Amino acid sequence: MRSKSSAERRRGIALHAALFPLALIWLFPLWMMFVFSTLPENGIFSRDIILTPSDQFVENFNLLESDTGFIRATTISILVAAAYTVLSVALTSMAGWSLACYRFAGKGVVLATILGTLTLPYFVVVIPQFIMVARDFGLHNTLFALIVPPLFNSLGVLFMRQTFSMMPHELFDAARVEGVKEWRIFLFIGLPLARPAVAALSIILFLHSWNNYLWPLLINSKPAMMTAPVALGSLIGLTKVSWGGIMTGAVMLTAPMLVLFVALQRHFVAGISAGAVK
Amino acid sequence: MAAVSLNNVVKKFGSLPVVHGASLEIADGEFVVFVGPSGCGKSTLLRMIAGLEDITDGEIVIGGKVVNDVEPAERGIAMVFQSYALYPHMTVEQNLSFGLRMTGNDKADTQRRVSRAADILRISELMQRRPRQLSGGQRQRVAIGRAIVRNPQVFLFDEPLSNLDAELRVQMRVEIARLHKELGVTMIYVTHDQTEAMTLADKIVVLRAGNIEQIGRPLDLYYDPDNQFVAGFVGSPKMNFIRGHVVERNDKGVILELAGEDGTRLAQPLTGPAPELGSHVTVGVRPEHFGDAGKGDADLTVSVDVVEHLGGTSFVYAATAAGEELVIQRDAATAADAAEITVSIRKSYLFDEKGLRLR
Repeated sequence: MRSKSSAERRRGIALHAALFPLALIWLFPLWMMFVFSTLPENGIFSRDIILTPSDQFVENFNLLESDTGFIRATTISILVAAAYTVLSVALTSMAGWSLACYRFAGKGVVLATILGTLTLPYFVVVIPQFIMVARDFGLHNTLFALIVPPLFNSLGVLFMRQTFSMMPHELFDAARVEGVKEWRIFLFIGLPLARPAVAALSIILFLHSWNNYLWPLLINSKPAMMTAPVALGSLIGLTKVSWGGIMTGAVMLTAPMLVLFVALQRHFVAGISAGAVK
Repeated sequence: MAAVSLNNVVKKFGSLPVVHGASLEIADGEFVVFVGPSGCGKSTLLRMIAGLEDITDGEIVIGGKVVNDVEPAERGIAMVFQSYALYPHMTVEQNLSFGLRMTGNDKADTQRRVSRAADILRISELMQRRPRQLSGGQRQRVAIGRAIVRNPQVFLFDEPLSNLDAELRVQMRVEIARLHKELGVTMIYVTHDQTEAMTLADKIVVLRAGNIEQIGRPLDLYYDPDNQFVAGFVGSPKMNFIRGHVVERNDKGVILELAGEDGTRLAQPLTGPAPELGSHVTVGVRPEHFGDAGKGDADLTVSVDVVEHLGGTSFVYAATAAGEELVIQRDAATAADAAEITVSIRKSYLFDEKGLRLR
């Protein structure tokens, strides 16, 4: 390998010197979240700023569990996010595939409609959706209501359509000539080749569901059906806010996501940047 | 094995016609090459035979059966694509067997067919590799192997050699010719390379802008083209064209004066109708058919631009007094500034203003 020139080295040092403080600023709230999760209530509100962790994490967690049933709420969150991710990836991939691979009447209208939904703010949709699901279908306080209504993801459809569009269509034609059924072409050729995109989309969708607060708060009123973010929100009461519990819960919700993201980062970047360069 | 017929096949994309009523008979076991410039509709015609494109009008018959509405897989065809279209996430073996596995073919039979194809194409040692671990030529072999395992009645090739380098292209061309001889099945091959067409075909179909210009055996097209387009397209280097006009008509034919060559006249005998007096015509001469001055029917003085020595032969790039660029083939040539050449009636072709051959 060519050794780095001194100009390159200097540029590298300058870049790191600029990025390091920015990284600190970004990481500081996360660190404080972790520190607060280990402090007793009086430590959080002490006059001195405490920057090092203490040993109250387990106590805070026990408090959180007794107040909200956090383990149950997290279990529901995991279930909902996993089911949502699998179903939504399947749905958006199939929709993207059909838009990328087939000619059909009204395709332009369908595409424009999907694109159009991106311009609607979520808050415009959520109330009619709530009325439809809760009042008309009577599905409130069910896992179905948590998973199914947000399933259709316009951005995901467009993302998958783009992914399949960029694949050489001769691959699919070759399979057609061999007599392979369309759904098998999708399943055995299209999807495996779209793996980086599917991985990236899965992370985005999982995080979307994992962090979703408003919809689960609206559609489920029973404490037994609370998801983890809603459980944390319930700690903010009229007269008392349990900051230790909130911070402990926030650490427990953030840590697995960070690990997941770092583990799948390679796929994520590959998926997002696929097709950017030949 | 099967014969293929196209009866007045039309293809339109929306309101844009791309193939205007193509009719063609391909005999059982014949090697037919569709050739023409980019955008002439040759690949579209092949995709219509494969069933990958619907036809707007007309009829396609394979093995005596009209297949207009028959699925690609039911047509008894196999296709080799320009980009090879190998599934990148599968090994060579999985690529070869994929179609058979997906259509529920018997396992033992699939294995037997895959082994046979691998033997024919000498790729047995590559079976566990993925496409990215193969060279261009090996990928092309696998793509052909995937067609062989289907035991098709008709092989379709869509510019299969255009992604290969020159040396490999010659090698694979020979392989395909060998394969045709070995399997004896009908093959339809699309290319824009007239050398491939000339060397491989039993019959060439020359297309231009969605029309079939001429159908015939390679040497028939070379020596007896129906029009100026075919004359110019078949042969490398291409035929030279020299403009002229009719100065005299008689019952034997016409006498022409070549552009920029005052007083140089060429008497061209014709058996068919002769063009009008004064009408513009074009004389076509193949590079190898120019002779030494004084030994033909009309001598021309040309200014030599470049001489290419290829060893056995040389190509002289020159221009006439009227500025028409010519390529002249000589056994040996020197880079003289000017040269005297001659055109012989027996070895030249005459085309009318519309480019149609005058015989």
